[in-house]
Amino acid sequence: MSATPVLEGWFTLDGEQPHLLGSQCQSCGTYYFPQIRGEAKFCRNPDCEGESFDEVKLSRTGKLWSYTNAMYQPPEPFVAKDPHEPYAIAAVELDAEKMIVLGSVVDGISVEQLEVGMAMELVLEALNDGKVTWKWKPA
Amino acid sequence: MSNEVAVLGAGMHPWGKWGRNFVEYGVHAARVALKDAGVKWRDVQFVSGGATIRNGYPGFVAGATFAQALGWQGAEVNTSYAACASGSQALAAARAKILAGHCDVALVIGADTTPKGFLKPQPGERPDDPDWVRFRVGITNPTYFALYARRRMALYGDTQEDFALVKVKNSAHGFENPNARYRKKFSAQDVADSAMVADPLRLMDVCATSDGGAALIISSVEYAKKIGKGDAPRIAAISTVTPTYASETVEMPDIATDSSAVVAAQSFRANLPKKAYEEAGIGPEDVSVAEVYDLSTALELDWMEDLQLCERGEAAKLLRAGETTVGGRIPVNPSGGLACFGEAVPAQALAQVCELTWQLRGQAGARQVQGAKVGITANQGLFGHGSSVIIKK
Repeated sequence: MSATPVLEGWFTLDGEQPHLLGSQCQSCGTYYFPQIRGEAKFCRNPDCEGESFDEVKLSRTGKLWSYTNAMYQPPEPFVAKDPHEPYAIAAVELDAEKMIVLGSVVDGISVEQLEVGMAMELVLEALNDGKVTWKWKPA
Repeated sequence: MSNEVAVLGAGMHPWGKWGRNFVEYGVHAARVALKDAGVKWRDVQFVSGGATIRNGYPGFVAGATFAQALGWQGAEVNTSYAACASGSQALAAARAKILAGHCDVALVIGADTTPKGFLKPQPGERPDDPDWVRFRVGITNPTYFALYARRRMALYGDTQEDFALVKVKNSAHGFENPNARYRKKFSAQDVADSAMVADPLRLMDVCATSDGGAALIISSVEYAKKIGKGDAPRIAAISTVTPTYASETVEMPDIATDSSAVVAAQSFRANLPKKAYEEAGIGPEDVSVAEVYDLSTALELDWMEDLQLCERGEAAKLLRAGETTVGGRIPVNPSGGLACFGEAVPAQALAQVCELTWQLRGQAGARQVQGAKVGITANQGLFGHGSSVIIKK
C-alpha cells in the first residue's frame, strides 16, 4: 500500500502491526513521543545529560486511561466529513513507556463501547482527506 | 522585609460578547480601579498589561496600548503573555517592581475581544507545532476536559449529575454578580437538556469565550499606609511555576504526556497552589474562599483537590453537601466562575483577584462569604502556563 502519512516519522506504515515511533535516551532510558528531533539533541529529563537517542517503536498496546468524543466539527486543519460525523477519542497509557498518548478511535466504535482500563491497540486508518494516521481500537 | 504588596483598587468591565475594541474594556476597568483605589492616574508609575493575541499589534503591546489610551504620563510599561495566566504574570511583574523598590504604585490590566466558536490554531502546514498537530488529527479543546471528567467518573464515581451541580451552584452565585455575562439560575435539567459537546461534558458544562476587562491597582505597603489604606488586602503569594518533568496529565495542546518510566510523574495543577502556600507560609486549612478556573464543571472538582481543600476524590461529596456554596464551609467560585463569565483570556486571572479583593473587603453583596480572611486562586492555560495567587487581610 502506498499510504501517505498525515505526519512524517510519527508512526510506521505497517498495516498489520503499526507502531508509534519514539526516542529513547541512551543515558537515562526515558522515552519521548513524538521523537526528539533537531541538530543538537538532548534529554529533557532535567537530571540527565544524555545527548544520544535510539529510535524506538513504542508499545502498540496499552490500557484506556480515559475517553471522550468530538460531537462538534473541529476547526481546520482537521478535515471534516460533510456533514460532520462524531468520532470517539482515546487516551491510552502505554505499559512499558508509562506514557499516555491521545488519538482518535477507529470508525464504528462509539463511547458506549469503551470503558476506562480496557485493553487498546494501535491501528492505522485514513483521515477524511485520505492521509493515514494512527488510531486506537479496543484490543 | 515584607514580601507583601497591597491591593488598593479593583475594577472590571462587565463580561459579555460586546464586539467592541478590547482597549475600551481595559480602560474602563482601569478607571474603575483607580477610583476605587483613590489613586490618580498621574501617580501610577508602572503599567503592566496582559497581552491578547487576537487583536493585532495593539494587543501584543497591551501595557503601552492601555497607557496611551489612558493618556501618556510617562509611566514605565510591561506586557506579559502567558495564555490564561497572562494576568497573573502581569501582576507578578508589577509586584517584583514594587518589592525591588523600583516603583510604589502600579496598574495591572488585561482585556480581550474574542471571536465566536472554537479557538483555532494559527493557519498553514505546521507539523512542528503541537497545537496544529492535535487539531489535524481531531483533538479539540473540550477533548482534554472531557478526558479528565471521564477519568473522575471512573476513579471516584463522580456522575454527570455532579458536574451539572457545579453549574447550578455557580449560576446561582453569578446571578448576583453585576460583572457576570450569564446571569440566569440554571437547573440540573437545563444542563442535562443541553447538547453533548465531548462526552461526558455538555454545552453547559463547558465555558464560553467572552469579551471583558479587569484591572488592579497595587502598591507597596508603605504607600498604602501613606494614603490611609494600611488595612488594604495583601497579595501574599503569586505562583506561576511551570510543569515539572515528568508530567502526569496530558495537557493541551500536547498529544502525549512525558514518560514516567524513569522519573516519577508530577501533577502540574497540584504544584501551582503548593508553591503559593509555601510562599505565603499558610496552608489550605487557612483558606476561606477560592476562585478556580472552571473551564469545565468537572475541572472545578479537580481544582478543589489540587488546592488540598479536600482529599483526592472527595470534591463531589463537598459539593453535594453544599459546602462549596456561599454560606458553606469553603465557598468555591462565589463570583460565578467561568461558568457565568466565559473566558476573556488576559483578563480572567485578574478577575479572580478582583473577586477575592471584594470578598476580603466584605463588599461582595449577596454573594459575600462571611468573615473571608484568606482567598486563593487557581488557573491554568496552554503551553505550561498557570497561576495561583493568595490574597489575605
